[in-house]
Order: sequence, then structure tokens, then C-alpha cells
Amino acid sequence: MSSVSQTNVQQQTGKSLVASLFSACKQLKKIHVSTLLLALILAAPLISISIEAFAPNSDTFAHIQQTVLADYVINTCLLALGVSILVISIGVPLAWLIAICDFRFKGFFQWALVLPLAMPAYIVAYTYTDLFDYAGPIQTNLRNWFGWQSATDYYFFDIRSLPGAIIVLALVLYPYVYLMVRAGFLEQQANLTHVARTMGYSPTKCFFKVSVPVARNAIIASTALVLMESIADFATVKYFAVSTLTTAIYDTWLGYYDLAAAAKLSIIMVAGIFILLYFERLQNGKKQTHNDAKLSAQKLVYQLNKKQSFAAFCFCSLILLVSFVAPLIILADYAIDYFSQAWNDKLLQFTLNSLIIAALTAIIAIVFSLLLNFSLRIKPNKLHKSSLKVASSGYAIPGTVMAIGVLIPLAFLDNQINALAESLNLSAPGLLLSGSFIAIVLAHSIRFIAIANKGIEASYSKVSPSLDMVAKTMGQTSFNIFRKVHFALIRKSVLVAGLLIFVESMKELPAALLLRPFDYQTLPTYVFQYASTEQLEIAALGAIIIVVVGLIPLIVINRSIEKN
Amino acid sequence: MKILSFLLLAVVTLPSFAKDDTVNIYSFRQAFLIEPILQQFTEQTGIKTKVVFAEKGLIERIKREGKYSPADVVLTSNFSKLLQLSDENLTQAFNHADINANIPAHFRDQNGHWVALTKRIRNIYAAKTRVASPFTLSYEDLAKPEFKGKICTRSGKHPYNLGLVASMIAHHGEAQTKTWLLAVKENLARKPQGNDRAQVKAISEGLCDVSLGNSYYFGKMITDPAQKAWADSVHIIYPNQQNRGAHVNVSGAAVAKHAPNKQNAIKLIAFLASEQAQQAYSSLNFEYPVNPQVKPADLVASWGEFKEDTLPLTKVAENRSAALKLIDGVKFDL
Amino acid sequence: MSVLSVNNLSVSYQDKNIISNLNLEVQHGEIVALFGASGGGKSTILKAIAGLLEQVTGKVKIGEQQVLSAKINLPAEKRHTGLIFQDYALFPHLTVAENVAFGLQKLSRDERVQKVTEMLALIKMADYAQHYPHQLSGGQQQRIAIVRALACQPTILLFDEAFSNIDPKLRFELITDIRNLLKSQKISALFVTHNQDEAFAFCDRIAVVNQGRIEQVDTPAQLFNAPATQYIAEFLGEGLWLQSRIKSANVLATPFGEADYLGKQCLSEFIGKTGLIYLRPHQFTLAADANSKLQVHNERFIGECYESLLQWQQQSIKVKTPTSFLHQTVSLNINTQITKVFFE
Repeated sequence: MSSVSQTNVQQQTGKSLVASLFSACKQLKKIHVSTLLLALILAAPLISISIEAFAPNSDTFAHIQQTVLADYVINTCLLALGVSILVISIGVPLAWLIAICDFRFKGFFQWALVLPLAMPAYIVAYTYTDLFDYAGPIQTNLRNWFGWQSATDYYFFDIRSLPGAIIVLALVLYPYVYLMVRAGFLEQQANLTHVARTMGYSPTKCFFKVSVPVARNAIIASTALVLMESIADFATVKYFAVSTLTTAIYDTWLGYYDLAAAAKLSIIMVAGIFILLYFERLQNGKKQTHNDAKLSAQKLVYQLNKKQSFAAFCFCSLILLVSFVAPLIILADYAIDYFSQAWNDKLLQFTLNSLIIAALTAIIAIVFSLLLNFSLRIKPNKLHKSSLKVASSGYAIPGTVMAIGVLIPLAFLDNQINALAESLNLSAPGLLLSGSFIAIVLAHSIRFIAIANKGIEASYSKVSPSLDMVAKTMGQTSFNIFRKVHFALIRKSVLVAGLLIFVESMKELPAALLLRPFDYQTLPTYVFQYASTEQLEIAALGAIIIVVVGLIPLIVINRSIEKN
Repeated sequence: MKILSFLLLAVVTLPSFAKDDTVNIYSFRQAFLIEPILQQFTEQTGIKTKVVFAEKGLIERIKREGKYSPADVVLTSNFSKLLQLSDENLTQAFNHADINANIPAHFRDQNGHWVALTKRIRNIYAAKTRVASPFTLSYEDLAKPEFKGKICTRSGKHPYNLGLVASMIAHHGEAQTKTWLLAVKENLARKPQGNDRAQVKAISEGLCDVSLGNSYYFGKMITDPAQKAWADSVHIIYPNQQNRGAHVNVSGAAVAKHAPNKQNAIKLIAFLASEQAQQAYSSLNFEYPVNPQVKPADLVASWGEFKEDTLPLTKVAENRSAALKLIDGVKFDL
Repeated sequence: MSVLSVNNLSVSYQDKNIISNLNLEVQHGEIVALFGASGGGKSTILKAIAGLLEQVTGKVKIGEQQVLSAKINLPAEKRHTGLIFQDYALFPHLTVAENVAFGLQKLSRDERVQKVTEMLALIKMADYAQHYPHQLSGGQQQRIAIVRALACQPTILLFDEAFSNIDPKLRFELITDIRNLLKSQKISALFVTHNQDEAFAFCDRIAVVNQGRIEQVDTPAQLFNAPATQYIAEFLGEGLWLQSRIKSANVLATPFGEADYLGKQCLSEFIGKTGLIYLRPHQFTLAADANSKLQVHNERFIGECYESLLQWQQQSIKVKTPTSFLHQTVSLNINTQITKVFFE
């Protein structure tokens, strides 16, 4: 009896699915409807998590609130604050040195300083733990020199701590600030600084009073990206035993078996970030910091003298060394020593898997972002504006939560598809979406589309609306305007965004960990499986491949920014 | 229209997960740990194994996949996960004479939804040079002031520690356990971090004197040239030998509710319970077999005979949630 | 008393000489233009004086202070100049008041507020103190930029194409305002421009810059009437070069009849020789003449008169006429005295 009614229900849902698919296809022709659909897809994880958050209440949330939540929130704020301050104090001076100053080896640093972006934070965490640990070379050597016997004989800072986490995250995330602020400095009118100089400001003072405030938007936008990334981080803080809000989310979900409370926490976290960004925008609304680009053909250049040149060289070298070279050397050392153990044919397959996922992620995120931006362009209404905003929210969601957020709707769709198949007397196809790498690609796309949205939005705002009007009067269709005018003008930033997403997707771990199909590994899951059991030496080779694959796109990105 | 036809095409052409010669495994345990045993299974039966490994969120995945989930067998690394699976109605009963013969009843679910496959003891590791013999410690001893600043452990909320705290609650009640936990926290040499092995490493580095850790890690460290020195610096202690015995946890297996290859799933579990696989568990992973016919591997046996806590695992599971709340309540990890 | 004196100023960039051995004086209260074609190195001179360039040699004295010599090279922040740019260079992140107060960091808070109020009153923009630059028109922005510079009491103001972004209809109103302001405050200024009308309207003297050299410094009228070089003559407005024979010290024989000479240069020693004179469209008159071979083949109405085009010996002659002569044959006469003759 129950099975009969179940089939009935399935048939009905099957039919309604067919109907809704049909109507969706019809409406797809109307661009604003498709935009809405797109925004819906991109917001699906957030929506599913929100729905989960309204599930019947248990006392978990209250319990967490009474006990550890305050500490988690404080830790999260400290982490976010610390990372933000550190990336600004690393990234902005670097951007200024490279954009404005002239010194030896600048050409090299200009692109080399982007490279840490290819380093997954958790890998740097692992390598630095190995380096600074009691058994690591630094402490061992110190002990040998000074004749210390054990850890109780001396003080040595603990890398596995909140400050350690802040440093490691800042070291791999500062390139965002460096890249975006450098572009900001390059766009800046030299005359602003010239005027300030004649008004009694030294070059250093000009940096703080003119260059930095005028580049404010770029600094804030890039720091916001970093902030979201560091708040969403789980692997690094977990390894360093720093309990943040992500810890709370995972604990409530996996420890207390309370997805609803975990969802609630996620929503609170995302909302907090939104409020922060909104407040910032509100405050900044009156000020306009971008200039008419036509007039700023002149570039500000400071020729550094020998002393300054040397100092600049040292600063750049130091950052590059600690953020990239040192971890890479440690990895390379392991990779060479343990090559025979680490190398196998499967590694090639994993690399290929990662490449395919990263490439598809980049393409999908870019296409979605272009569509959203384009529809906002041709119809700048509230709906499209908020669509774009909602679509950018994924970046702040921790990877595993995002994975669940993707899993819920996809599994639901899969069940509908299977029900449909059965109602048509076909064999059930199994889990097409949630059980395949499509799920991973989707999770990555939704998480990283914020990068594309930011870049394309900024680039679009520089395309004069009169071009659209001209093209329209010449009888061009909307699609043609997009293809022949817009895309041609913004393709550089599209490329940059695509490559950045590619690099991020290469590194991304949690979604792949949860959503992958049978016997499917990506490079990060492969690396994680060894590194998490304290076998970094075997994981090193895979980690190096992640980094190396990320390098090429990064160099291209840097080139194209420089040419702009 | 295109989307629909694409879907239909996919429906027709895509292979179904229900195949005679495979068994799909969702594993909470690292895939490479069980790979050799799975290989033996394939050699013996011709049934291919496919594995998804994930430490986090696997239960959610099974739940959401619903009746079309490809999962046949779920392998877990601790008891509470087994219980959660069956509590959430994600498993189904199975009955196999060999399994029943190989695994004692108290290591099987009353309703036949899961079986335990290996036992692991929650040991105390003590620095050879710094902790005075005789090495007879109890979990309760860890609260003693003499261990101030000398204890290392992984996160209190890790399932292994969670199980231990839950068993403490079952034995002593919540209030007493809370006092104990607070005292242990006071004794910690550092904030809970790393895994069980990292604690032994810390002992070898002189950071602390005693740590909590599962039994099989001792074997793994001894057999790993890079980690042997860590293991050599500690004694493995089976706690509470004077009274109730050492806390035991189990790894186990269940058959997924909508398993497309149920028969293969049962075959796999039967194999894992067999003497051959149980032997392998002990010799490869240094765990204690649940199959009474199988003796622990020589290395494992060399750590000595010991008394197990006979508290039923269901009692532990019942107190799990209370344990978690206690650990958060005393801010053990912070 | 000179406020700015520049001696043998040379600027090179990437080892290429852009300016060499330039000399220039600006007197107290005087407004001098650096006038020349775009890309002629005018802005470079300005920036070199302000101290914003590397690789500058020579001597520069601003007020009483030697800011550049073989031994001294003061940085821009110590030269007490004020810079005003074409793009206003107002700080977009600061309000109008904050912009004006930007250079007053040494004053106390109260003094600063007072100074800003005073400055804004000077240009009648007190109401705009809390506006941001992008909320103002170009002319307003430039006024702010100028009082921002004035607030710092610079020894000299340096204008870099400061008016070229302003709507032409308002431009000369602004220029007059600013000129009056500078004159009333007795501020000296050096003004870089490629626009002749602006230079004439704004400045007391004009230095014509050509390829990094100053060709002539003189009052606008002198410059216009008696350009020192052929380059300047052409640069100050289109016209026609005519070969003319010196008949006597004050009479020239041109292809279009005789013309009186009233220039500074004495022509006695050139009698009988041939020189070049430069005539602009307003210096010719047309009269209808059926017998003439000259014909107006094109004309353009420009409001106050017509510009008629004639073809003469492969040259095109442009003449300003009060009435239309289109398609008529005409005779061409020179209607002014000649003030300058160029000899090879």
C-alpha cells in the first residue's frame, strides 16, 4: 500500500519536474529570468543551509552559547583582525614599492611576490610546524649550539597558536592585497602626490596621507577577500588548534549531530560579514576614490638611492622567502628524499582530476559571473543588483559547510531524476549530480565566483555606457553588444579572474573531500590524507605539484595587470 | 528541452551502481589503511571495492542521497558513528552465520544493524625517563596535582577522547567527571592539539610526561623508522588495571539502508570478521581483533595482557552528548 | 626683485636630454607663461623647478632660497611652491575644507579652520566646505585647488595647463578671476600652457618654449607683433610668409603692393635686400575687382566676419573680410604696418 502511494507521488513529482523544466527552458530566453535562475543556483547552498537553520530547535545552540561561543567569536575576530592588519602591512608597502619605486630586481619581485598565492595555507602550516617544531631543524640546532637538553630549558615561540595561524594565513593571502592595491597605485594620479610634495609632505608622508587613502577602495576590497578567506579557513586553524567559529560550526554539526545549529552559526557568520561590508560601503558612499583614468597617463616614479634600494630589496626578499621559498624548499627536500614512496601513476591521475576541476570551475564561475554582470548592465534594477550580491556570498562560507549546502539540493535533484526515470520505467541512473565530480565543480564555482564578480564588476564599470548606446543605434542585439563590445573590453579582467579562480580551485580541499565520487582523489585530498596523519614527507610531492601548476596562471595574471 | 533530452540520455547511458561484482564503501577511515585488506577481499571473492573516504560529513551525504545512495558498506573508526548511523535509520539489518560465529554477541548490534570489527584501547603513554615505575596509572590519576603541566592530549572533542569522557560519566556521574576534567585541563602542558601520535612525539621532546593515545598508534610508530624514537621514549600503559579495566572503543561496519549490492556488502563484512582479515587488522594496523579465535599480532601481544572495561558500549554512547557538553563546559580545548 | 630665477637648467630622463641650459626669471608679483606646443617640455620645466624630477642640473633660486645648485638639491617639500594641475588633483577622499587644510599641518586647529574659511571666502565658496571634490564643477574644483595652494603661502604658484579642462565659456571668466586674485595678493606665478588665448589673458610675460629651449620672453603684445623667430611667428597664429624687398628704412615692396614698416629693428643697412614678412588673415583687405585674377573660391562665416580663401601661386591665402566675396574676383591689399622682417 505504502509503496504504491510512494510510486504515485514519485510519478507526480516526476511529471511536475518535466513541466517545470519545460517552462524553465522557455523562460530561459528571457535574460532576466535566467539571471534569477542563475542567482538561485548560486544561492542554493546558502538557501539550503538557511532552511536547515530553521529545523526544529535543540538546546545545542544555547549550550554552545553559554560555554564556548564567546571564545570562538573572540578568536575569530582576533584571527580576522590579525590577518587583515598583517596582509595590509605586508601587501600595501609591497604594492607601493613595486608600483611607484624603482630599484634593482624590481622586475623579478614584481611577479615573484604573487607566487605565494599558489601555496595552500594548510601546506605552509604543515611545513612551518615541521620547521619550527621541537624536532625541527631550527630548535634542534639551537639546542646543539647552546647545549640545551629539553623543551623546558628554553623558551621558543609556539607556531601552533593563534599568532602562528595569523602569520601563516597572512603569508599566503597577502598577494590579494598586493595585486589589487598595486593596480590601484598604478591607476593613481601622480599629480596628487606632486601637489602634496609641494605642500611640504615628504615621500613617506605622501604614502600615508595620499597614496594609501586614495587607494582605500582597493585596500578594503582586497582585505575583505582575505578576511572572508581567513574566517572560512578550517584546515589551518584546526592544525594550529585555534578554535574559531568554523570550529564551532563543525563541532555542532559533527559532534552534537546538530546540523540546524551548525547552519544557524554559518548564517550568523555570513550575516556578520555582510553587515561589516555593508557598513563599510555606507560609510564610504560619499567619497569617490577613483579618478578619471584618461588623465593619469603620467606615472609617479621614485628612483630609490642605494640604501633605500637595498632596504626595498631586503623587505621583498624576506616576504618572498618566508611566504614561498622556505616552504617550497622544505617540500622539495621531502619530495626528493621520499620520491620513490610518493611517486606513483595515480599521482598523474590526481593531477589531471584537479586540473579538470579547476578548469571547469574557472569556466563556470566566469560564465555565470559574466551573465550576472551583463544583465545588471542592460537592466540595472534592484533584482539584478541583489542577484550579484547574493551570488558573491559563497566566498564567506567554510568549505565543508558549502559542500553540505551543495549536497542538499543536488541530492534532492538526483532523487527527483531517479524518481522520474523510474516513473518512465527506465532503470534508475543513480546519483548523477551529487555523486559525481560535478558536485565538486559546483561547490568550487559557488565559493569562488565572488572573485570573478569583483573583478568583472570593476572592469565593467570602466566601460562607458555610451558604447552600449552607440552599438544599439547601430542595430546590434544585446548579445552582440556583449560579445563584440563588452567582452572585448573586459576580457583581460575576465582572464585574470578566471586564472585566480583556477589557482584557488586547485588548492581547495574540503568540498572535494566530502563530495568526491568513489576512488576519486584530487591533489589536495591526496596531500591531506598523508599530511593529516603527520606524513608530510609523502604528501610533499603532491603539494609541490599543486604549487607548480598554480604558478603559471599567476605569472600570466601578473603580466596582464602590469600591462594595464 | 535540451536539458531534458540530455538528462534522458544520461539516464539511459549511465551505468547503474548496482553491479554484481562491486561493493561500494563509505569509509570514515583513511582509505590507505584498509586498502591491503580490501585487496585480499577482492582476490578471494572477485568482488571489486570502491571507496569514498571522508572524515567529515559522510553521514550527511548518505542521508541526503536517500534511497539512491550507492553506499553498500559504511566503515567507521569509532562506536558512536555506528550508533549514529543506526539511530538515523541509515542502516539495515543483516544476518550471516559466519559473522555471528566470528564476532561475539556483545560486539554486534542487537538488531543486527552493525558489527564491531576491531578493538582499540585508550592508553596512557608515559615518558620512560621521567615517570616513576611501576607504570600503573588510571584515568583518574591524570587529575592528580603531580601531573601539573605534564599532560598532552589531542582535542577533547575528538571521538576517542569523547568516548573516554563518556565512559567516565557512566562510571562516576557528571559532577565528578566535570571535576576530573577540570583537573586534567589544569594539568595540561599545552592546549589540546594534533593527533595521538603528536602527543607521544611531544613526550619524546620533553614537552610533557604523559599523554592519551590509542593502542595501535604505538605499533605504527614502532614500525615507522622516522617515528620509532618517539615510541621508544614512552611506556604504553593500560589504565585502571587495578579496578574496572582500560577503556575500549571499536571500529565497525554497517550495511547501508539502501545498499544496491547488499549481498556483496554482507560478504565484505563477513570477510572483515574472518580470521584472515582480523589477523591482517592486527598485523597491519596493530588493532585488537574482535574475533576471539584470532590472537593479536606478536607485536601487539608483546605489550602485555590487560583487563578491559566491560561497560557496555551503548552506555558509553548514551553519555556521549553529556560528555561533549562537559568538555565545552570546562572549555577543555581553549 | 626676482621670485624665481633659473640658470642653465638641464633635465634628462633615461639619459636623454629633454631640457638643456634653460634660463628664466620671474619677478615679484608677475605672472609668466611657459608657452609652447604640446610635448615641448614645458611641464618638465615646471616639475624640475618644483623639485619633482630626478636628474636635474643647473641653478634654481626660489625667493631668497637657493633650491638647486651644484651642491644643493632641496626636495619638493622644502621648495615652497604651489602646484595647480589640469586635472585639479584634489584629494578625492577629502572634503573641500580638508583639501584646503591639507598643507596646513603645522598650524593649530583653530588657525587652520580660520585659514580655510578665509581661503574659501576668497573664492566665494564657503558653502562648499563639506562637499567632496566629485560633487563640484570643474571650475569650482580648480578654484579650490588654487586656494589650497595659496593657503600654504607658496613663494610661487606653478600652473600646469590649469585651465584646459574648464568649459571654454567659463574659462576666461575663471582666468580673469584668478588673475585678479593673484594680482591682489601679489602672488607670482609660472603658467604652463599650449593655449595662446589663455597665455595672453592670464600672463604678464610669455616665454615661448620650443624643443626644450626658450625662444623668446616678452609681453603678449610684443610677442605677437614682433616675434623673435619664424617659429614663434607661425606658432602665434596662421598666416602667410611673403618675400619682400626693402625699399627704404620704412617702406617694403611686397607682392601685394608697398607697405609701411614700423618695427624696432632699423632696416637702413638692408635696403635693396629681400626679407620675409609674416602676415595674418586680419592684415589683408579684399576689394571686388573684375580685372583681378584672384578669386575667392571658398569662405567660412565665423560670426564677426568671414574667412575667405584665395589661391595665389600655389599658396592658399586666408583673409578676414566683413562681407562675403565668395566666387568673386578680388584685389588683395595689406592694411597694416609691418613690424617685423626676417632675414635669412
